[in-house]
Amino acid sequence: MSTPGPALTQPGTARAERGPGPVRVRLSVNGTEHTLDIEPRVSLLDALRERLDLTGAKRGCDQGTCGACTVWVDGRRVLACLTLAMSCEGHEITTVEGLSQDGEPHPMQQAFVEQDAFQCGYCTPGQIMSAVALIAEGHAGDDAEIKEWMSGNICRCAAYPHIRAAIRAVRDQT
Amino acid sequence: MRPITYLRATDTATAVAAVSTDPTSDFLAGGTTEVDLLRQDVLNPRRLVDINDLPLAGIEGTPEGGLRIGALARMSEVAAAPVVRERFPLIAQALELGASAQLRNMASMGGNLLQRVRCSYFRDAESPCNKRDPGTGCSAIEGFSRGHAVLGTSEHCIATHPSDVAVALVALDARVHTLGPNGERTHAIDDFFLLPGDSPHREHPLEHGELITAIEVPAAPVARHSLYLKVRDRESYEFALVSVAAALSVMDGTIAEVRVALGGVATKPWRARRAEDFLVGATVRRDDFAMAARVELADARPTPMNAFKVELAQRAIIRALDMLSDGTGTGPAPRPGIGSPS
Repeated sequence: MSTPGPALTQPGTARAERGPGPVRVRLSVNGTEHTLDIEPRVSLLDALRERLDLTGAKRGCDQGTCGACTVWVDGRRVLACLTLAMSCEGHEITTVEGLSQDGEPHPMQQAFVEQDAFQCGYCTPGQIMSAVALIAEGHAGDDAEIKEWMSGNICRCAAYPHIRAAIRAVRDQT
Repeated sequence: MRPITYLRATDTATAVAAVSTDPTSDFLAGGTTEVDLLRQDVLNPRRLVDINDLPLAGIEGTPEGGLRIGALARMSEVAAAPVVRERFPLIAQALELGASAQLRNMASMGGNLLQRVRCSYFRDAESPCNKRDPGTGCSAIEGFSRGHAVLGTSEHCIATHPSDVAVALVALDARVHTLGPNGERTHAIDDFFLLPGDSPHREHPLEHGELITAIEVPAAPVARHSLYLKVRDRESYEFALVSVAAALSVMDGTIAEVRVALGGVATKPWRARRAEDFLVGATVRRDDFAMAARVELADARPTPMNAFKVELAQRAIIRALDMLSDGTGTGPAPRPGIGSPS
């Protein structure tokens, strides 16, 4: 969120007020540009799920407490429910649908399957987006650190030990 | 969620002018408070002015040994900055013990200082609440008040200030720099947070449209030996029941300099000046720590539900000072890994 996109860096230009009705917004999601007409109040989560049919990110609490909506903006894990879609113009959004490459699951997705790291699966896309970020951040050193830095992703099935096992498995591959 | 309009500001003066000339406009930074409370009808701006493109995200050490933190620096960036971890471990710890990794990537430092209280009566958008709807009364005083304040309260509000890092900043005599319709101002951080008194809706001295631009932390060698101790119902991703930001310098068995501030127990980030005054020149003994803690909490006014905080706060102060004096506390925080997911 801190890196302005190229179209937004002209100094001194007050851009026009937009809304409250639908306005045209350009979003870059998983490397693809999308143009959609949405009201400014629409969250990134609702834009992804309801408009772009990217239903991986889940609506759990819709108030920033559960982590089920975790996606990356410019490579950093954030909560899509507390992010306005319009504020993401000029930034790169990555969702769980963008993790796989060449039709193969991401190693973390594979590890979640192998380690039985979910039951109902509702929190899983958010867990996976957090888990991949966690390793990239260097915060997966031991179980205590994994617990602390994954605490923003709640799993009501309490699959936590298996989630940690999946994270350890990927950490130790890389 | 009510309809809103949206304006993305590209320079600071334009952003300040846009909000200060329109009572129904709010700034939008990380959004972790603003969007949350907008959706819950607690805040009701007509327009959001997005300030995330403004050049206010720097984190710099000053030549004198202090810090200058841009208002739009994210909590995670400040916590990870080597100069912060080396010079002010209590700031890095307070940040990393707050919220979650995702929220810390979003929330700005300026927004952190301005975050709203977690009192459930304030946040439900219905109950009488003098902070949300002045003059309607305080539902917490006779209601569910386990998490509420015991220091700095009034008959009109007992909500606890929720920030962790503000507690560290209060201990360090930080200054808050702003730009408003009448130009630049600098606020001593202890004056930046107002006690509720008879106007709990007024939480800080900012005019409408006055924007925090930076937080300045003056040099404080004592802070290299400092910590942030947070006591809460669960071990992570939870607000404090009690927290202590402390720094300690000992010479020849006597306390030469000490900083203590409390979170989770007061209506503002609470500088424990009485405890500090007692401790300077005192010996490094648990009895002295206990007396200092008792002096600080002497004026506590608990409710039946939060009376436990009076004892808990004293024990937390003692433990924090114990940890700093026996070396189990902290020097510079270790550097975290850096990088972004790919």
